[in-house]
Amino acid sequence: MAKYMEMIRIRFLMMLAYRTNYYSGILIYSINIGAYYFLWSAIYGDKSSIQDLSIVQMTTYIAVSWMARAFYFNNIDREIALEIKEGKVAIEMIRPYNYLGMKMMQGLGEGIFRILFFSVPGMVIVYFIFPIQFTTHPATWGYFLISILLSFIINTQINLLTGIATFFLFNNDGLIRAKRVVIDLFSGLILPISFFPVWAQSVMDYLPFKGISYIPSMIFTEGFKGNEILHGLMNQTLWALVLFIPIQLLWTTAKRQLIVQGG
Amino acid sequence: MSYLSIFFQYAGQYLKTRLTYRADMLVEIFSDLLFQAVNLIFILVVFGHTSLLSGWSKDEMVFIYGFFLVPFAIFGAFFNIWDFTDRYIVKGEMDRILTRPIHSLFQIILERMELESLFGVITGLGIMFYSGNKLGLSLHWYDPFVFVVLVAGGALVYAGIFVALASIGFWSDSKTDIMPMMYNIGNYGRYPVNIYNRIIRYVLTWILPFAFVGVYPSAYFLGRDEWYGYAFLTPVIGLIFFGLSVVLWNYGVTKYRGAGN
Repeated sequence: MAKYMEMIRIRFLMMLAYRTNYYSGILIYSINIGAYYFLWSAIYGDKSSIQDLSIVQMTTYIAVSWMARAFYFNNIDREIALEIKEGKVAIEMIRPYNYLGMKMMQGLGEGIFRILFFSVPGMVIVYFIFPIQFTTHPATWGYFLISILLSFIINTQINLLTGIATFFLFNNDGLIRAKRVVIDLFSGLILPISFFPVWAQSVMDYLPFKGISYIPSMIFTEGFKGNEILHGLMNQTLWALVLFIPIQLLWTTAKRQLIVQGG
Repeated sequence: MSYLSIFFQYAGQYLKTRLTYRADMLVEIFSDLLFQAVNLIFILVVFGHTSLLSGWSKDEMVFIYGFFLVPFAIFGAFFNIWDFTDRYIVKGEMDRILTRPIHSLFQIILERMELESLFGVITGLGIMFYSGNKLGLSLHWYDPFVFVVLVAGGALVYAGIFVALASIGFWSDSKTDIMPMMYNIGNYGRYPVNIYNRIIRYVLTWILPFAFVGVYPSAYFLGRDEWYGYAFLTPVIGLIFFGLSVVLWNYGVTKYRGAGN
């Protein structure tokens, strides 16, 4: 356990050393939030609410879903792909730790860094520009924290799956890009799931993606009430557990047919 | 050798390298299509909840998006200079470029082209024909020519902005995130500018004229005559911005001092 904690710490410090790179990131996210804010304002026009979300809730939803993205988003799929291409993965495999576990911890170190130095100041800045409302219920904040932790786990598991796919595809930049686009849409980042037609919503109930962005953001904006919060958290927990199975299966197969191209 | 034949030689080589990883190339084209589909789905889903967006109907919005895809695809295929500073200045690759007998910017365009992006032209045209049909738009004999001119103008706007930003690398090779930032600002051009407030509209028209890539030129085909003035300005703005950026580039090259070894 200690070695995994150390990995989180090292990644955190590494990010800290290059922290100036992240100030521009806040600006980029603010630009995106701005684009969607104007778009949604035009969509709402003079309607007071759509699908039970008011315009203020909608703006908050956009802001929090982008800022939470800074926490769960990481590039470990790309890192794994690179290590496989360069043959470094062979060295990693003989080291005394679980390779995938280690990758997850590195992602967590990055996430903790970004939530402190990116999401929190970013949220404050966005708060002054756009009409956003923070909830005052401490319980909601608690649920939200649990929820984004679970969204980190689900997103990282999907990244691991994409990364491991390199073992079979050798070059999977395309797959990584496709995965990112799919997640942006189906996770509810650019559009709350409740806005989709009913048939599409029922399809998405069977996919893990809405646990990445939609559930935590709805909890934060208090678009979920009462039981819905618990249902959301249970859905996330279930997926976080289920996704371990394909990862383990793929990983075992991959190790058996590993071809080191370089090294 | 003329520039044109050099271009085709490079394009041929490029295709050979890409066809080595065929599966990956297919997935990449597929992921481009997916990306375009996501933006389309966004528009379609949104219009499930409203019928007009600041005076624009669903089919008009879809048409604007389709038009936007065409110049953007051309830009994406030939102007991959978002990592110019890292790739050419910091690593000293620019030294090699300068020894080549053709213009340095053209050489970089050749080396960095990504022809599979041109698929976006087909998707864009498809979307425009589909939504244009639903809107009952009719084509005049001169419309295809106007289209080519407006698309070229839009692509030049994009190219101009990004070439100008890349030129900054000649003066300062420090790492900035201004390129990805600009890609995100570019997204504003996909939607009608009258949904934004006055300042943003002004910026998108005169300072970072991304509106000339989507909504202004589309207004011509949609028959929105209140925007015609802007529509016909598209090639002018494109030429001005691209011309200025090339001047800046040429001046920057004289300031270049090798960084690598």
